[in-house]
Amino acid sequence: MEHIELFLKSIFIDNMVFATFLGMCSYLAVSKKVSTAVGLGAAVIFVLAITVPLNWLLDQYLLQPGALKWLGAEYADYDLSFLSFIMFIATIATMVQLVEIIVEKFSPSLYNSLGIFLPLIAVNCAILGGSLFMQSREIPSIGLATTYGVGSGIGWFLAILAIAAIREKIRYSNVPPALRGLGITFIITGLMAIGFMSFGGMLTGGDDEGAKEEKTVKVETPKTENVNELANNTKVIN
Amino acid sequence: MALLSKKDTKLITDPLLDNNPITIQVLGICSALAITAQLKASIVMAVSVLAVLGIGNVVISLMRNIIPSKIRIIVQLVVVAALVIIVDQVLKAFSYELSKTLSVFVGLIITNCIIMGRFEAFALANGPWRSFLDGIGNAAGYGLILVIVGFFRELLGSGTLLGFKVLGDPIEKTGLYALGYENNGFMLLSPMALIVVGIIIWVQRSRNKALIEDH
Repeated sequence: MEHIELFLKSIFIDNMVFATFLGMCSYLAVSKKVSTAVGLGAAVIFVLAITVPLNWLLDQYLLQPGALKWLGAEYADYDLSFLSFIMFIATIATMVQLVEIIVEKFSPSLYNSLGIFLPLIAVNCAILGGSLFMQSREIPSIGLATTYGVGSGIGWFLAILAIAAIREKIRYSNVPPALRGLGITFIITGLMAIGFMSFGGMLTGGDDEGAKEEKTVKVETPKTENVNELANNTKVIN
Repeated sequence: MALLSKKDTKLITDPLLDNNPITIQVLGICSALAITAQLKASIVMAVSVLAVLGIGNVVISLMRNIIPSKIRIIVQLVVVAALVIIVDQVLKAFSYELSKTLSVFVGLIITNCIIMGRFEAFALANGPWRSFLDGIGNAAGYGLILVIVGFFRELLGSGTLLGFKVLGDPIEKTGLYALGYENNGFMLLSPMALIVVGIIIWVQRSRNKALIEDH
């Protein structure tokens, strides 16, 4: 149940494109044709599904305040969380490179159709954003982290698929010249985002709409406040 | 003797309007949209990017002859990540509240495509001083859009600017509120950021017909 809830939530309610604006650059640049959009979307799902759980492990056993407890009691006060950006981006860059090599070896046709998009994923903010949100929302288990990664990947995939389909059709409509291309894409994305906001009540029955609104505009509290409390809560491997 | 030659000045002024990173090059949009509900957050974000891009461009430009081209992406990522960590720690130390509002978006400066874009397109081929000017110029163009969007969203959404009540007090009904004006809370929600940027693009392209795209 927990998994289904998180899965639906990360696809529709916290959709990466419409609620947090992650991966907008490639979303706008690669959405002119449905076929390329599908390729990039699939690659994003794949990379997110691998990197989010990997970064969850890193975060849990290396980076969190008190995460080094498994090395011995004297390491329990260490807080390496300031290193998370560099560790996460290193994981992502390595995984993207690995995925590239594997895809090239086993499916050259897929490799050719993805072309330059694969290396570009390393600098897609949706990927790093997935890991950072996983960290700041304190997702409790590796299974849930995987669900979160796959779910937000699918959400991103849906968004880019939808906008690509719309942009293919909009060619035949009479858009004001100054709005053509980028301008109208922005506005359509805005309208789609309004539509997606109505998913907000999907899991709650619309009860805490107020709380949800605040969340999309503002953000979660980082956990540095209760460092000591967390240090005690962190799991220890024996 | 002028401090900047004509060519150097162009490096700074060009990205402000006709080659703006956000509206023309379509780079670095994620953060531009997500944190602009308040003017203050937009300004802090603009300054952070200015610092990272200015310094990063110089660093990459100094190293451009010793970076093997095969691993340049990783080298660039490491440089940006190091600079962003510094910015993040400074923000946490001096303005904890704001760093909470910006949340993961400070970290996302690492994947801000403007930064990688300028490293690839400019710093790898030019000297440190010109790279510095280019970095400052592009970051300023980015910041300009951020500040414009932040200004309108905060003014229309909560009737304040940088936290000061410029339209009067909504509860005691003074100023504009006495005339029946209500805050448009919708401006604070995410979709309106997209629409405001869309309108900026519209205005900009109506003024300069050369920028209009086919489709």
